[in-house]
Amino acid sequence: MNKERIRLRVNGKIRELDVHPNRLLLDVLREDLGLTGTKRGCDDSSCGACTVLVNGEPQMSCVMLAVSYQEEEITTIEGVAMAGTLDPLQVGFAQEGGAQCGYCTPGMILTAKSLLARRPDPTEQEINEALSGNLCRCTGYTQILASVRRAIQLISEREAQEVRKR
Amino acid sequence: MSTSSPIGARIPMVDSAEKVTGAGIYADDLAPPGMLVGKILHSPHPHARIRSIDVSAATALAGVKAVVTGRETPVKYGILPIGHDETVFAVEKVRYIGDNVAGVAATSEGVAEQALRLIRVDYEILPAYFHPEKSMLAERGLIQEDRPHNIEKEYHHHFGNVEAGFAQAEYVRKDRFDCGEVTHAALEPHSTLAQFDKDGRLTVWSSTQVPYYLMKTLAATLQMSESGVRVVKPLVGGGFGGKSEVIPLELAAAFLAREASAPVKITYTREEVFYAHRGRPRTIIELRTGARRDGRLTAVEARIVQDGGAYCGYGPVTILYSGQLLNAMYDIPNVKFDGYRVLTNKPACGAMRGHGTVNARFAFETQLDMIAANLGIDPVEIRRRNFLKPPCVTINGLRVLSYGYPECVERVVEKSDWKRKRGRLPFGKGVGIAGSHYVSGAASPIIRSTMPQTTVRLSIDGAGVVTVFTGAAEIGQGSDTMQAQIVAAELGIGLGRIKLVAADTARTPVDLGSYSSRVTFMAGNAALAAAREAKKRILAAASQALGTAEEDLRIENERVFNRANPRLALDFARAVRMAAGPGDTLDVEGTYDTPQDARGGNYKGAGVGPSPAYSYSAQVAEVSVDVETGEVRVERITVAHDCGKAINPLNVEGQVEGSVWMGLGQALQEEMVWENGRLMNPGLLEYRSASTLESPPIDPILVESNDPEGPFGAKEAGEGSLAAAIPAVANAIYDAVGVWITSLPITPEKILKALAAQKKGVS
Repeated sequence: MNKERIRLRVNGKIRELDVHPNRLLLDVLREDLGLTGTKRGCDDSSCGACTVLVNGEPQMSCVMLAVSYQEEEITTIEGVAMAGTLDPLQVGFAQEGGAQCGYCTPGMILTAKSLLARRPDPTEQEINEALSGNLCRCTGYTQILASVRRAIQLISEREAQEVRKR
Repeated sequence: MSTSSPIGARIPMVDSAEKVTGAGIYADDLAPPGMLVGKILHSPHPHARIRSIDVSAATALAGVKAVVTGRETPVKYGILPIGHDETVFAVEKVRYIGDNVAGVAATSEGVAEQALRLIRVDYEILPAYFHPEKSMLAERGLIQEDRPHNIEKEYHHHFGNVEAGFAQAEYVRKDRFDCGEVTHAALEPHSTLAQFDKDGRLTVWSSTQVPYYLMKTLAATLQMSESGVRVVKPLVGGGFGGKSEVIPLELAAAFLAREASAPVKITYTREEVFYAHRGRPRTIIELRTGARRDGRLTAVEARIVQDGGAYCGYGPVTILYSGQLLNAMYDIPNVKFDGYRVLTNKPACGAMRGHGTVNARFAFETQLDMIAANLGIDPVEIRRRNFLKPPCVTINGLRVLSYGYPECVERVVEKSDWKRKRGRLPFGKGVGIAGSHYVSGAASPIIRSTMPQTTVRLSIDGAGVVTVFTGAAEIGQGSDTMQAQIVAAELGIGLGRIKLVAADTARTPVDLGSYSSRVTFMAGNAALAAAREAKKRILAAASQALGTAEEDLRIENERVFNRANPRLALDFARAVRMAAGPGDTLDVEGTYDTPQDARGGNYKGAGVGPSPAYSYSAQVAEVSVDVETGEVRVERITVAHDCGKAINPLNVEGQVEGSVWMGLGQALQEEMVWENGRLMNPGLLEYRSASTLESPPIDPILVESNDPEGPFGAKEAGEGSLAAAIPAVANAIYDAVGVWITSLPITPEKILKALAAQKKGVS
């Protein structure tokens, strides 16, 4: 099998690389681009640990061929903190115990990020539904839900501050 | 900067930033230059003799750098000194589907997989055993030649006189419970990277809960000196016991790295993780209990059979826990236990959260409710009437000092609105209560040794920065954070002054690992002892400098000062420099060893069960049962956990919630389904790990009984609440629809069958 030159747009940067066309996006991110924050928990899109955002939508990179995602904007956990400042979701997960072993955390945060972009003030049921494809074996989800709620609160506090500044 | 004591503060874990940014490194994230990919050939047969293995075609394949079989790995090992029955790769026989036959290291995963397909193994198929009660009858074709009747171990304990106890009873019942096999399914698949340096020294980075035992086993199996083997534990993506013994890939990677003269990484596929297993065995329990009319228990007798799989692993410990902790949270005068750990041709079981105690607790707490129902006693009341009266020693020799169980019961009764709900909800809805407990560390180490069970070293430099060297293994439970909080509290400094170097056998003192919920009690106490020693030396030096008696000095807010005259003070760093003398570094050490009087009795098997302290849990489950579909929905769990003292309530609540949730999984949906030794559901969806949508709210209450020997009064928090979740659900189902379910998981089929039997009047 010959390698193909592909162009991926990852975390706002264009990355050109030569890959075999059967390579999974998960493996290319982790092995070729060194973005190891994206985790492999299963091999068959059962667990959500490998979630990345594709044009803002959560998708599981363990069942995606890298060559098929050259037009899309891909966001990994490494692209969530902007200019060294943690995203409110990252702060929320740290403060509320949403990350115990941390292995599901990148996928959880990205899925939650997509939810909050779409629904800034989701109901409990909407949060549960959005996160239902991301398994966690540590927390029982209680502190993960608290983490998301904390992030929502942090975002609204930040927005209120910005309004006051103006 | 204010440094009010960090004990009892809801502090984020010290490693949370690396976890939420994806910067944290787990074993599978490591990839040194020239690294090869390792893969393992697994047995397709549950029991077979290996006539021959031909690896020539695999070895000849381009890109293959090493092939290793059992011929190169003759040294037997196992986590227990009494159970060395495994080899890295099979020698002569395979004993389960998935057993390890050969390993390959190659330049890519694809080449490695191709090489596995080129290995020719000639098997002679042997009869296999899958059901523990049938396996126990075996006369020949044994799984391990030195284990007659395929019984790995059996134990027979008798305390008091059960026949006299049953004679005193006014009500006796016997029930059979059958609990399905479950597994940890930590989200991180096991992963190991092994690398030899030019001098032949080995470094292994692995997803392990037990770096020290792994280092010893690597040295033993590779026939190397322990000084030449270093184990480093990166972040671990969940363990729950599944990484608490040496897992074959850890040794296979090292053998392949030596053979290939290159770094080798093996990461299990999810299917391999299921077959590596070491989870909670299927357990069949025949339980007979006698009670007086007032609910006081007079005797309990249990026959417990565990389906241990093909190798020993932790087996004898698991079966002993099931007997040793059966009675030990209640005051029961007569106890008999017959335990059998049986071999079958399936992957070995091992330690899983709540090790050995969970299924026995399900049986006991469910039967206790059956007895209460028959005697017309409230389930809460029957528990109250059998509480221990500590301080005490249980009839099997377990010392109990702190005992927050009564408070746990009262708190969940109140918070769950038990009195208004029990027996009063509409048909199909119900509440149930149950209790559980667990050790705060095994009183005896696994290996026979006179060294301390834990040592923590502090190195405090002239700038007042404290480096904590600890062998304790952070696996997501918060062990690093706990130790940082304890040291900071004792030295009166902020957490920002603390650096941790943890779980690296070349750099950190010996800790036995993260198992048996030992870390807070044991490593926490060692960290506290080290900090106390540092404080003593700092105060002695400050006393001289300030001309103040030591007992008048305090150390707080990063200052050492005279209590009566706070202006007479030194800042922390300066006081450290004075205490340190030349070199400006103050080095101290603290250790922990279980006191002799907490080490249990003197009979065969007495070593398992004793602990310096026990946690307690009480839970109320509120459920809805759909009588048309048989579906059970848990609406809410109210749980109270006696953790002694919550050093970090945020993390303790997280541990308690996670334990309850894992218990609910076992109660309602998780089960490894086997067919002739083949796992039918080796995936996270098929195994039915619950998502957010199936997970109820869990309402945790922390009870602080302040154990006299725990660090700041703390006990374990990470396991003790798992077991009670299961009988709480079973007992709530009885309250909802009037049927008892005695087999796990409680599937809709079992509910419907019980309801149908109830209709016919069979139940």
